[in-house]
Amino acid sequence: MTHEMGSTALWLMLLLGAYHGINPGMGWLFAVALGMQEQKGSAVARALVPIALGHALSIGIVVVTAAVLGMALPQEAIRYCVAALLFGLGIFSLVRHYHPRWVRMQVGFRDLTAWSFLMATAHGAGLMLLPVLLGSRTVEAADHMAGHHHTSAAASPLAALLATAVHTIAYLAVTGLIAWVVYSKFGLAILRKAWLNLDAVWAAALVVTSVVILLM
Amino acid sequence: MALMRPDPTFYPSPGMAMQAPAERLAYVALLNAGNNGQRDAMGVVDLDPSSSEYGRLVGQTDFPRGDNELHHFGWNACSACLCPQAPHPHMERRYLIVPGIGSSRIYILDTKPDPKQPKIVKVIEPEEFIKKTGYTSPHTIHCGPDCIYGSALGSANGDGPGGIFLMDANTFELKGQWEQDRGPQQLAYDFWWHLGHDTMITSEWGTPNMVKDGVNPELLLAGKYGHKIHIWDLDKRRHQQEIDLGAEQQWVLELRPSHDPNKAYGFVGVGISLKDLSSSIWMWYREDRGKNGKWAVRKLIEIPAEPADPEKLPPLLKGFKAVPPLVTDINLSLDDRFLYVSCWGTGEFIQYDVSDPANPKKTGSVHLGGIVRRAAHPSKPTQPLNGGPQMVEISRDGKRVYFTNSLYAPWDEQIYPDGLKSWMVKLDADPNGGMKLDEKFFVEFDGLRAHQVRLEGGDASSDSYCYSEAK
Repeated sequence: MTHEMGSTALWLMLLLGAYHGINPGMGWLFAVALGMQEQKGSAVARALVPIALGHALSIGIVVVTAAVLGMALPQEAIRYCVAALLFGLGIFSLVRHYHPRWVRMQVGFRDLTAWSFLMATAHGAGLMLLPVLLGSRTVEAADHMAGHHHTSAAASPLAALLATAVHTIAYLAVTGLIAWVVYSKFGLAILRKAWLNLDAVWAAALVVTSVVILLM
Repeated sequence: MALMRPDPTFYPSPGMAMQAPAERLAYVALLNAGNNGQRDAMGVVDLDPSSSEYGRLVGQTDFPRGDNELHHFGWNACSACLCPQAPHPHMERRYLIVPGIGSSRIYILDTKPDPKQPKIVKVIEPEEFIKKTGYTSPHTIHCGPDCIYGSALGSANGDGPGGIFLMDANTFELKGQWEQDRGPQQLAYDFWWHLGHDTMITSEWGTPNMVKDGVNPELLLAGKYGHKIHIWDLDKRRHQQEIDLGAEQQWVLELRPSHDPNKAYGFVGVGISLKDLSSSIWMWYREDRGKNGKWAVRKLIEIPAEPADPEKLPPLLKGFKAVPPLVTDINLSLDDRFLYVSCWGTGEFIQYDVSDPANPKKTGSVHLGGIVRRAAHPSKPTQPLNGGPQMVEISRDGKRVYFTNSLYAPWDEQIYPDGLKSWMVKLDADPNGGMKLDEKFFVEFDGLRAHQVRLEGGDASSDSYCYSEAK
């Protein structure tokens, strides 16, 4: 597998997973709210499963699509497309505060999966992973040109799935840990102080990433 | 503008909001009544007891027009921004959304550059309001988890149906009607919600055409004014249930749901009963907590009319030889413990302990104004007052209560035909029950009539919460 995705890329996937996990708007806060609604810690744990699933679906669709397109299209085209998407989304998020409309608080497994999918997609969570995959493909390509070994283009979607899995594990670990600590130890008062505007940081990260891709 | 940390006036739960610092300023809607050349305004009253201007009007923003009939208004953002579904905690509580039910105009005021002199930054003209929402007479404003919600009394021609409209919380663009399916609902007035139960509640007064020329005795005696509440799916925007309080229960007005999002009950005041002129407070509640649990109501409190000398009554009431209490506003403290009730007719202001909501206990009473009583304020004991307790607001910590005395210009004239003189007072509330007028706080407004009060940083009717207290 390391042929398809280097260990640097794996670490980056883990880091991005953790980063997505920290964001209150993309998981743990809803889990905590549901725990408070039912007055049960088990409700927090139960909510994490569909939340992780929805996140994985959103990420998975984006990275697998990109990988499949990557087999058909020249890598340059993919790079420019991804850079443009990231740049556009980043600027849009900086200029205009947008969040998908979702009002319902009494949610079942399916609702929560859909919610998590929607939030991850709207935040461009999957797009944020693409540079890492593109980066690892660049390394592959360089290796390939140097004649070190042969990589099959068809391995890419598999790498994308692996990336999704690695990312989701890190995401779930972090979002679950925060949900548990906030629910059972700190309480929600911590929100008032510690909730940094990650949206602005996030948007800036999208723009920076797009520039990095272009320079790659 | 986005902040880097959450707006310090946002609180996850009502219990945390009760720890908020005391308010120092109040925003008071001031409406011009009659052709006296004055314009509507937003008044700013100093609430800081350590200030030399305590209890005085320290700022006033005049509006360009005087035909708005300003009533209720609300903030662009509140604690609902912390809700987990789509949190946006880095917005600022900064703008006041001020609708005119007389004009169908909406003013947006910025309180940040100079909190004592809010600035008008946007005006939505009636033509635009009607075009984009199909409604007229915008009334109550609440900030929701996803955008700003407002209620409106009528349709474009001033008849029914009234309903709910939406406004973008960042751009203040109107986003149209809220309802997907309004079922049998026609009349509108107040609205609020149980966020934890995905439920909206709406109440009924009358269409603009039914109220704008004063109380219509024919409509009233025929039981044509509002006497129902409506239950809606807040997310799907569909009417779910209509609850009729009985046609004799006229003017079903202010809705005060429990602030704790886990609880599923609330209180609504009814202006007048055709049977005996009494007013009443009702409780709505969910019968079971299951997904399809039906809602029900029960009458909790009945406040009787007081016999009176017809000589002292306005023409509308002479024949009845009694003063109706006319409950026109109620408010609930953030701990869901004390319910305050304004009796605009008898001039009584009552505090009930509703810790056990089904068994309210009367814990305090104060008289001020009133059709017959004309009770004076302790700071000016020889000056009889007219109007009566009306729009009431409670500080977040529940220790201070403010109210003003005007109701609705066309109705003011009928009930207080000698010309309503407007004032605002403050009470200190004992956390264990009981309340007392603050003798140092008596604001008199020259010519303009004071209506809703909003407190700096939020109050007991400005914010909704998505998180319940820990056990």
